[in-house]
Amino acid sequence: MFSRLLYGAQNTLGGAVIALAVALVIGIPTGLLAGYYGSWFDSVSSWVVNLVMALPAMVVLLASRAILGNTVWVLMIVMGVLVAPSFFRLVRGIVVTVRNELYVDAARVSGLRDWRIIGRHILIVVRGPIIVQISLVAGVAIGLQAGLEFLGIGSGSTPTWGAALNEAFQNIQRAPVLMVWPGVALGVTSAALVLFGSSVRDILEEGAGEPPRAVALPAEAPRDADSAPRGTLLSVRDLAVAYARDGGGEKEVVHGVSLDIDTGRILGLVGESGSGKSQTAFSVLGILPQGGRVSRGSITVGGTEIVGLPEKRHRGLRGRTIAYIPQEPMSNLDPSFTIGSQLVEPMRVTLGLGAAEARTKAIELLRMVEIADPERTFRSYPHQISGGMAQRVLIAGAMSCDPELVIADEPTTALDVTVQAEVLNLLRRLQSERGMGVLLVTHNLGVVADICDTVAVMEHGRIVETGTVAQVLTAPSHPYTQRLLASVLDESDVRPPWRDPSTEVTPA
Amino acid sequence: MNATPLIELDDVRVAFTGGGLRRTKTEVLHGVSLDIRPGETHGLVGESGSGKTTIGRAILGLVPLESGSIRFRGERIDGLRGTRRRALATQVQVVFQDPYTSLNPSLTIGDTLAEPLRAQGMGLADARRRIRELLDAVALPSGAADRLPREFSGGQRQRVAIARALAIRPALIVCDEAVSALDLTTQRTVLELLLSIQKETGVSYLFISHDLSVVRHMSHRVSVIYRGDIVESGDAAVVTSAPSHPYSRKLLLSAPVVDPAAQAERRRQFESEFAGARR
Amino acid sequence: MLTFIARRIIAGVFLLFVISALSYVLLSLPGADVGRSLLGQSASAEAVAAKNQQLGLDRPVIVQYGDWLLHALRGDFGSSWFTSENVLTSISNRLPVTISVMAGVTIVTAVLSFLLGIWAAVRGGWIDRAVQIVSVVGYALPGFLITLILVIVFAVQLRWFPAIGYIDASVSLSGWLSTITLPIIALSIPAIAGVVQQVRGSVKDVLNRDYVRTLRARGLGPNRILFRHVMRNASAPALTVLGMQFVGLLGGAVIVEQIFGLPGIGSMTVSYTTRGDIPIIMGLIMFTVVGVILINLLIDVVIGWLNPKARIAS
Repeated sequence: MFSRLLYGAQNTLGGAVIALAVALVIGIPTGLLAGYYGSWFDSVSSWVVNLVMALPAMVVLLASRAILGNTVWVLMIVMGVLVAPSFFRLVRGIVVTVRNELYVDAARVSGLRDWRIIGRHILIVVRGPIIVQISLVAGVAIGLQAGLEFLGIGSGSTPTWGAALNEAFQNIQRAPVLMVWPGVALGVTSAALVLFGSSVRDILEEGAGEPPRAVALPAEAPRDADSAPRGTLLSVRDLAVAYARDGGGEKEVVHGVSLDIDTGRILGLVGESGSGKSQTAFSVLGILPQGGRVSRGSITVGGTEIVGLPEKRHRGLRGRTIAYIPQEPMSNLDPSFTIGSQLVEPMRVTLGLGAAEARTKAIELLRMVEIADPERTFRSYPHQISGGMAQRVLIAGAMSCDPELVIADEPTTALDVTVQAEVLNLLRRLQSERGMGVLLVTHNLGVVADICDTVAVMEHGRIVETGTVAQVLTAPSHPYTQRLLASVLDESDVRPPWRDPSTEVTPA
Repeated sequence: MNATPLIELDDVRVAFTGGGLRRTKTEVLHGVSLDIRPGETHGLVGESGSGKTTIGRAILGLVPLESGSIRFRGERIDGLRGTRRRALATQVQVVFQDPYTSLNPSLTIGDTLAEPLRAQGMGLADARRRIRELLDAVALPSGAADRLPREFSGGQRQRVAIARALAIRPALIVCDEAVSALDLTTQRTVLELLLSIQKETGVSYLFISHDLSVVRHMSHRVSVIYRGDIVESGDAAVVTSAPSHPYSRKLLLSAPVVDPAAQAERRRQFESEFAGARR
Repeated sequence: MLTFIARRIIAGVFLLFVISALSYVLLSLPGADVGRSLLGQSASAEAVAAKNQQLGLDRPVIVQYGDWLLHALRGDFGSSWFTSENVLTSISNRLPVTISVMAGVTIVTAVLSFLLGIWAAVRGGWIDRAVQIVSVVGYALPGFLITLILVIVFAVQLRWFPAIGYIDASVSLSGWLSTITLPIIALSIPAIAGVVQQVRGSVKDVLNRDYVRTLRARGLGPNRILFRHVMRNASAPALTVLGMQFVGLLGGAVIVEQIFGLPGIGSMTVSYTTRGDIPIIMGLIMFTVVGVILINLLIDVVIGWLNPKARIAS
């Protein structure tokens, strides 16, 4: 029994190796060429691949056995051709994305030949996924091959696992035990291959792994019961935000932030990337990313404490009392729904409006944010409108439930400067008409000068300076604020005209 | 003012072919002319989709021209292929916007920097020596050569990208939004680095940016590009501080300044000149 | 949308044409002596030649194919060389069996993969790991081995289901159910293993999108966001994988029908193709390819309906 198994292994695995080799030889070079050069070769080969993939492998294998005769090796070559498309698609897909990477352009500009670019920059990226795919396809090939043998097709004389199973199946009523060993051998081999593949994938994707879930602990009370009067609209005291770390523990990213906004005022929260300004804004909204939590402090909105508030009540505040304007206009609209339905849905859910009423109000909102043809925009999908228009739609959405406090996270950063000026004008107008308070997160000091009343400067998760805009921007007291302002290029930083170095006379 | 230009674009048109069966062509540059002299910085300012990046890519040979010509030291370089285009690599280099995707994440800094040197046939020992010089020039520690891009911050990666561009001592570097992804303070130090490199080596820059104040600081001459056409061109002081074309004026008045009083004045001016003229 | 469907149908017809030509030519390549194998070793050379002439096999392959194509276009796929059965009749007699199984598998796979995939993506933790392990195992085990295990456990040992045979739904509904249940389970396990991974991946991906955060910021509840926004955006890639699984399922059906003795297309494939019966093989290939094309068209239409961007791009 055991020797038959071993001998069978030789044939079963040998067949799979042939199929794989054929698939690799066909799939990888064509995938590389089609992905890298595109054009007609890509069109033709992709069409052929779709053709091959439309063919049911088992039927083709059976038919080829009828034509080409009863040799296992020939069948394995056919199988290799049939699974080659999976390598082609994999390689082509990766190459198409890598081809457009800036580092490939840079290599081209450096004067590298195409084959060196493919060898150095592209193969290095595809080799991991190819290894994963090889193990998966090997599992499938062994399964298919054993399946053929099991059907009694292939070479009747060579002992393989599939043939052994077939024999056992004939005697299933009498001695089902016969099936165990070839079955186990087959199962273990395939499982080992697939597990190997998926663990290689896990290693490759290391770091892109999922963030650990947030630690389930209540937030501590603010440490210093400070006596300063709290802002009438928003007041944050000693806010700390922490993220769960892989393997336990937490990492604090915001270390005790305090800020205040009075009704109808605009506070600019300024800082460089990673300073914690967006984390602070998300804490107020209660929409910190997975793994993050408010670990300490107090946040009151219109006098209501929201740290430790049950999620359901916090949700009730969002979209009614507190609204959010995001940074990237395009990625913040759901691509599958019309602008209209995205405006109508929250109004129906949070305000309980009827369909017709919500529709009328949505069109009114679109008109309010100065969109030229509100009816048409209402019916459009996000990809049919420009970035500036999308940002107006998001502002309209934020206004839809008459909020008292608007959290705007870099609302103009993704926009062109001329559109930015218009959107800032719009924000200013809406703010003064409706008397809303605004927490404006930005890295642009010019935007602060343009629209804010007060400003808080953040560095490494702490607020280093707060004050009125005039104070902080014209007479900064903290060295970090001073350094920031010194980095700003203003109109006096203009370069003098070029002079020909060869004719230039050294001044006496 | 009469020195021969290092590079000269004359009536350059570029069109992109759309996907799908119809293959419609969209022209993105409608006859652009500009030149850069040795040791000069020519600033190119415009908003997204204006075609400013395409001008840079056309000079680098990454997009084909529909018509017009590009001359380098008087010689046509548009349409060059193969060996002759690669020879030009010693003359024209690039620094891209995104420091995260412009370096191959699986190659060490040393490998990335060695690439252009080896492509020009430099030996291993010479390449190592040059890499040390380059890291020194962009103020990175020499140990950086053995590390991977992910160990560096955005500003440090952009220094690596600058070092790669400098590696083979080019005459022209195309800086495509080279500091746009960086924080304010980092941005300033990288700009100063580019200026000091220019002073030392006499390299020319085509400095592409959407940020008027950065362009003003870096450029001897500035061209404003709007929807594939250069609408205004001239000395930096004129184009960036007292422009005459309405679009250039709009760009200038849209960019907020940090002095609250000056910004209030600028906003008033913007509204009086462009009120009601939205879109 | 209509032009999109029309274009896909035209492309499908063209694909059918190419596949039919290719298969016919390849099938005729080795020039096996059909007359000899029909009449046996003892037949005279004249009789064999006459048989070949009668079947039209003495003509050039191109002419034979042209003849086949002209008839096929009129719905006449000829008769088996060996049994003289009409191809169309024998395929359509066996079609209901295969369609019952395939439809069952598709429904079970779609429903279970979406439920398990969403559950794993949203809840994470041990549920996620369990779903992942089960799906790796389901993917790793060859389909026919799973089938054999099912037969041994549920048919031979527990005797819950018959091990073999088929009862038509018009004869006995419960009998029909009892005969197709095990085949459906056997084919669904590997299919679910493939699709559930994709559902899990794309749900996780969509959950991290900016617009989901914005929807939360608008005060929408988690279930509403999950079932209205996330599911709609995550289903397109999952459906694409489901379509690809379908081709594999047809192959699996061959083995499963053989094991359970179901009189469907799959078992027919085994018994006829091995003999090189070109009219039957051609008929089978045409039917399966049409099935694959139709399923993929259906999936593309659903994706286009779900995702307006794909609708316009196509």
